[in-house]
Formats: sequence, structure tokens, C-alpha cells
Amino acid sequence: MKRPSGPFLLLVLLLILPLILRDAYYQHLMILVLMWVAIGSGWNLISGYTGQVLFGAAAFFGFGAYTAALLSSKLGISAWWGLPLGGILSVAIAFPFGWICFRLRGPYFALATLALNEIFRHIATIWESLTDGMIGILVMQTFISKLPYYYVALAIAIFSIVTVDLVMRSRWGYYFVSIREDQDAAESMGIDTLHYKMLSLCISAFLIGIAGALYTNYMGFIDPKVVFSLHEISIMAILVGIVGGVGTIYGPLVGAFIMVAVQEIFRTGGFGILHFIGQSTGWPFMSGIIKYVSEAHVLSFGILVIVVILFLPNGIVGDWSLIRKSLVNSKKPAV
Amino acid sequence: MAFFKVQGIVKFFGGLAAVNGVSFEVKEGEICGLIGPNGSGKTTIFNLINGYFPLTKGEIQFQDEKISGLKTHQICQRGVGRTFQVVKPLKRMTVLDNVIASAFLRHHPRSDAIKLAEETIEFCGLTHYKDKIAKSLPIASRKRLEITRALATQPKLILLDETAAGLNPHELEEAIALIKKIRDSGITIIIVEHIMKVIMTISDHIVAINHGMVIAKGSPTEVVSNPEVIKAYFGEDYRA
Repeated sequence: MKRPSGPFLLLVLLLILPLILRDAYYQHLMILVLMWVAIGSGWNLISGYTGQVLFGAAAFFGFGAYTAALLSSKLGISAWWGLPLGGILSVAIAFPFGWICFRLRGPYFALATLALNEIFRHIATIWESLTDGMIGILVMQTFISKLPYYYVALAIAIFSIVTVDLVMRSRWGYYFVSIREDQDAAESMGIDTLHYKMLSLCISAFLIGIAGALYTNYMGFIDPKVVFSLHEISIMAILVGIVGGVGTIYGPLVGAFIMVAVQEIFRTGGFGILHFIGQSTGWPFMSGIIKYVSEAHVLSFGILVIVVILFLPNGIVGDWSLIRKSLVNSKKPAV
Repeated sequence: MAFFKVQGIVKFFGGLAAVNGVSFEVKEGEICGLIGPNGSGKTTIFNLINGYFPLTKGEIQFQDEKISGLKTHQICQRGVGRTFQVVKPLKRMTVLDNVIASAFLRHHPRSDAIKLAEETIEFCGLTHYKDKIAKSLPIASRKRLEITRALATQPKLILLDETAAGLNPHELEEAIALIKKIRDSGITIIIVEHIMKVIMTISDHIVAINHGMVIAKGSPTEVVSNPEVIKAYFGEDYRA
């Protein structure tokens, strides 16, 4: 009885959180966290569980985002239809891509996904008659309050985690992990590795595509530089997966929370603390530091990854028992 | 009609003929030993049967059906299981999960797959290690896990690639007993082995290979007294 109560308490907390946390800024951050839970779960399924590193999550994210935006700007249909449609069309991209590129293994596949990412970024930039290129697409937001977006994002995050959990408990899950551990062994166990890798990629693309459509609806504006961004989306997806814990159900949740927090701390200079110090002390070099710190958030990602890989190679969720042990030990050094 | 038939198979790696016109047949329910010096092409033959490499020429038939040209997983679905000489355990999974993953091939609801996996693990004597992570196993148990995993796909023919190499005398006895037990359960076996004790005690007939060609076929006693075989293993000077 103790096991299921953890996720349940978390769910209740997330449901009432926006009612306690009334500040729109923190609600905004929580919506981003929940969006990243969906992207991280998708990344985790193909890369964490199936072992096929996806370096171009932004390809599916941006595709979902553009689907929603184009529905609204070109067809005059509500961008909310982009949620299911963005997911489905991302699968439509993932399918031929996987069929061709799953002949590649390991880093070669990862590079192919990176190429897919760049291809879509360029298409979205150049095809101006459709996407308005670098000008981007503006979509009218449906709600002024952040609450509806929060609950939609929460529903998508829950859907992602439940989907991955269900898949991993089934036969597919065993097959995905077998493929990760040894593709040749899996093949000789009668597993059609191409088929199951495709399946895994399609589910991932679906989840990431939905998250992309959510982004369009919530932000109300997209351009190729943002939604097909290599470091804002593709690398961030990898970081969410690695920091949280590769191949764990709740890893993306923890990873999303930490990564959004880290990004925000750097972007705002420690939530304005640096700015405050700068003003109160009057040191002239502080303003310079603030500028560098907020521009260095990508650098902070790199440092964080090095720290995580050195000390917690299985991520925070994967090495939780290790973390707990060291915390318990440090609490009672006198014994 | 032959149960399993290899007909004039040829495999070139670039200009090198690794397997050059090998033909043999295996009857249902027997143990066929495949012997030959290092580099003679035994494992390559397994990789060809298994579909890991495509054939350059020739044909492989299993239960009157051509299996050469099929993909590895399709060949496994037809009922040909294999183990690897260099063991390939699914390292970060438990022994039970390793076997469940392959039991899923013919047993769909998860509970059925688990039941079959547990039975197979017990059959192979790995119950003790059931919940251990596969990479923590000693080599003898890893080789046993290879067999267990192949058996869980419920093959009609199993290819055992040096499952006794690197075992101590006691483990060797156990391995021989297990192979006999597999045969007694009605599964046909083709085994590649260097340890003569194993091959002599269990094989019904032996195919000896050198430089990718068959040099002798027949009962174990016939083959080991064959001058070509002795020459291949010991060289001209020791020719009988």
C-alpha cells in the first residue's frame, strides 16, 4: 500500500498547486515544467528505454507546434485541434524517418535525428509562403488566466507518464529494453528489432508532438528559431532525461523540474538576487556579472551534465537510493 | 525429407571464402556436433543458419521450408534458437526478465510468459540466480542463461555455440547433463564445441570442418580416427 501512495500524493499536490501558487510567474514556470515532463517522457521512451539516442526531439516538437499554428493561421481552425493532430502528424514524420534511419545504430542514428531537426528548421525558415519564415506565426491565446493552460499541461504530463508506464509494463516494454541491452541478442530471441524501434519512436514522437502543440497554444507565438532550436529544445530534452534518470518512469518529472529551475535561475540571475546585490552594494562589476550569468545558462547545462554523470550516472531518480544513503549518513556522523 | 538441411552454402567476406560449399543434414531429435580448428568457419555457419549474415550462395532448409534469406527474428519464429559464443546477456535486466523477454515470443499474456520463463529457468537450474542482474553472473551461469533464453523461445532446433568453453570440470558435467536433458525434451541440437569430452559423449553424429569445407562426416568414433581430421588438428607430422 505504500508504493502507490507516492504518485497519488504528488498528483493531488499538482492538482491544487495553482490554487495555492497564485503568482502568474510561478504558474508559468509550472506549465513549462509539465510541458517538459511530456517531452522528457517521450525522449525517455526511445532513448532511455529503447537505447536509440534521440538528438533531435525539436524536430517532433516543432512539427507539433507548427501543426497547431498552421491550423489556426491557414485553415482558421482552433489551434487546440493541434494537440491530437500535432501528435499524429509527428508520428507521420517519425514513421518514414525511422524506417530509413533505424538501419543506423548508436551514434549514427543520433546524428540522423540531429539532421532531421536541422532539416525541419530550415524548411520552416525558408518556406515563407506557408510559415512566414523567421517572422513566425501569431496565434490568439484562448485564455487570459494561466489556470486552464496549467490543467491542460497537467493532463498531457499525466497522459505521457501513464502511457510510458503502461507500455513499459507490457510485452513492448520488455522488447524495448532488450533492444537497448543487446540488439543482436534481441533479434535472435525472435524480436523484430526494426519494428519495435519504430513503435518506440512513434510513441515518443506522438508525446513530443502534443507538447509542441501545447507550446503554440500557450505561448501564442512560434518561430523556427525557437521551436526547432537545437539547444533550447533538443538538448534540453536530453538533459531532462539524463538529470532525472534515464530509463525511469518519474525521471522526466524530476528532470523537468530541475532543468526549468536551473534555466530560470540563470536567466534571471538567481531570481534577481545578483541584481539586488549589485544595487545595494553599488559594485559596478555586478551588472556585468548579471549579464554574463544570464547569457551563460547554456553553459550551466553543460556543467550540470558533467556533475550528474560524475556523481549520479543513473540520474536523480535512478540513483535515489544512493542519494538517500548519503543523506542519512551525513545526518548522523557522531554515531 | 530432412528435418534440417544445409545445401552447398558459401560465404565470402571480400575475397575470403569463410564457408565454401558446406552441406549436411540433421535428423529430428539428434545431436549434431560441429568441430574444426579455430577459424575453420563453425561460428560463421551458425551465423548463416541464424540469418545474421546473408548467404553468398546455397540454401538452408528447415522442416521442408527454405529459411535462408529470412531475417534473424523470422528464423527464430520458425523455431530455430541460438546461443552466442561470446555471451550476450541483457546486462541490466534480471535473469528472470531476460528469459521473460524471450518467452513473450510464443506466450502473450504476461502471466503466461512469466510462468514459462520460471519453468525454463528451473529446467536449466538457474532458479538460484533468478532475481540477480544478468551482468553479475559468473561465466558458467551466463552461458547457461544463453541456453535458457534460447529455450524460452521454444525452438525445435537449437544452435549451441561453445556453451562448454571456459567451464571447470564440475560445471562441464552439469553442462553435458543439461544438453542431454534438452535433447530428451525433444529438441534437436547442433553444437559447436572444442572440448572433445563433450562432443564425444553427446553427439549422434559429427561434421568436421576445416578452411570452410567439410572434411569428414559420420559417427564420433569414425570422425576422430579420420586422417584428414587429425591432420587438420595436429598437422602433417602427427598423421596416423
